[in-house]
Amino acid sequence: MAKSIDVSDLNIYYGDFLAVEGVNMTIKARSVTAFIGPSGCGKSTMLRSLNRMHEVIPGARVEGKIMVDGQSLYDASIDPVAVRRQIGMVFQRPNPFPTMSIYDNVLAGNRLNAKKLSKSEGDTIVERSLQAANLWTEVKDRLNKPGMGLSGGQQQRLCIARAIAVEPQVLLMDEPCSALDPISTSAIEDLIHELKSDYTIVIVTHNMQQAARVSDDTGFFNLKATGEPGHLVEFNPTKKMFTNPDQESTEAYISGRFG
Amino acid sequence: MSATSSLAPPDGGREVEPAAGKAPRSRGDRVFAGTARAAGIAILVALAGVFVFLTVEGLPGLSQTAATYTPNTSFLSYVAPLLFGTVLAAVLALLLAVPFAFGIALFISHYAPRRLAVPVAYVVDLLAAVPSVVFGLWGARSLAPYLVGAHDWLAAHLGWLPFFDGPASVTGRTVFTAGIVLAIMVLPIITAISREIFAQTPRLNEEAALALGATRWEMIRLTVFPYARSGMVSAVMLGLGRALGETMAVAMVLSASPVVTLNLISNTNPATIASNIASSFTEATPAKLHVLIATGLVLFAFTFAVNFAARWVVGRSARRMAR
Repeated sequence: MAKSIDVSDLNIYYGDFLAVEGVNMTIKARSVTAFIGPSGCGKSTMLRSLNRMHEVIPGARVEGKIMVDGQSLYDASIDPVAVRRQIGMVFQRPNPFPTMSIYDNVLAGNRLNAKKLSKSEGDTIVERSLQAANLWTEVKDRLNKPGMGLSGGQQQRLCIARAIAVEPQVLLMDEPCSALDPISTSAIEDLIHELKSDYTIVIVTHNMQQAARVSDDTGFFNLKATGEPGHLVEFNPTKKMFTNPDQESTEAYISGRFG
Repeated sequence: MSATSSLAPPDGGREVEPAAGKAPRSRGDRVFAGTARAAGIAILVALAGVFVFLTVEGLPGLSQTAATYTPNTSFLSYVAPLLFGTVLAAVLALLLAVPFAFGIALFISHYAPRRLAVPVAYVVDLLAAVPSVVFGLWGARSLAPYLVGAHDWLAAHLGWLPFFDGPASVTGRTVFTAGIVLAIMVLPIITAISREIFAQTPRLNEEAALALGATRWEMIRLTVFPYARSGMVSAVMLGLGRALGETMAVAMVLSASPVVTLNLISNTNPATIASNIASSFTEATPAKLHVLIATGLVLFAFTFAVNFAARWVVGRSARRMAR
């Protein structure tokens, strides 16, 4: 189920503006890969290019290659909608569908796949996904209540449940804890640890301790200079990154000496 | 609490005189609140004024001599076909206009590239600026003759439906044509409002749907429509208001007779309340004038009732979600 991702010589543009330049990396299957770096250096853009979500913005395009288990993501024959069904995403702010119940929120992705779900199949998927997202015990008695009635942390776990209900191959997380309190953050981090055994996870975070806690590999992004495109400074196992990084600028950023 | 002094506004603070038991407010705030309140009250006063006028002038119209109501004999039998005609034409107009309007609005807000969306939106807005007399002239002089063939076709092929039960009108000046003209007139209102609301759908929700692998249309069904529902009802209500109250275009297109019929394409078509007032009031006796104003009161009350009903439906679904 989980798949690895190979990125080679990737340039990402918004119109004529080159946002991210020359990225090469290999994201391993069944592991957590974290992207860190200052704001505006293209971490999120990079993440969104992994499921072609950046194409939602008019004029966005990429050069170079992203291969998911040998299949090019940007091949002309590939439908971006199909890509997004394989590669799920969790956003910075929890975004359950406001008019839907908890139950319907979890099943939203499955229902998009156009096949008719029987009641028992639906129940099974909802329970399995909410269990996997560590939310089941908290909401099992109010599945028909609106998803917006939950707390921020619960909403974010609902969004994770929604993303994994369709059993994607890869799960992308764009600063999933930045709008949450420390306790909810810790719940999500525990969850990431558990999900790692089934999914390939890529997480963008501003919190370096978080990257150190949850990830196996870390990529450090930075701008070459003000007004220049962002690029991947260093990509290494997290342990090495936080103890003995190859680049001096990585160490400067991680130790807080950064500009 | 030494911090409070530094929190006070540096300039506006001087103008404030804290009254006993009231939080201090700056002058600008008071002026603005007063203006807004005055505007809000003014609209209520205007509405009440219209209602009082219609009631005072219209009530005598309910009990005139039978001859005033020719060809009918009482107010009820006089106003019933008119109200029926009004609703029939308006409903037909909405049935035609609403799918188009939502389609155009979605095209502008979610499908068209910006280069195309802006001019299309502009042209639709321009459509709203065309005076209704012009629509009436166009409908009666140009569209009606043009649609005679369509009338014949409908009578021949869909004649088993009560709406298209012939014989088809030879002039084309029917409720069917009037409905089409009305549809074109209400189209820009519904389009403009729903376009604005569609465009305001939170990006966060749209991206949630897209990231789950929704196609554009699935994303719209999943996020845009639920978000915009109440606004879409408002848009349709405003369109309905215009369709119900439209005077000149209907009066010019329709060759009216006091009947109640669902037949949209025959020679005998019920007039609408507004068009009947427009075409009758120049040669009306004072007694007849009271009757016409009373029909206006009926239209006023009906529009009010429809609006309340629609609000209630929207409110009910909103309340259900909030629970």
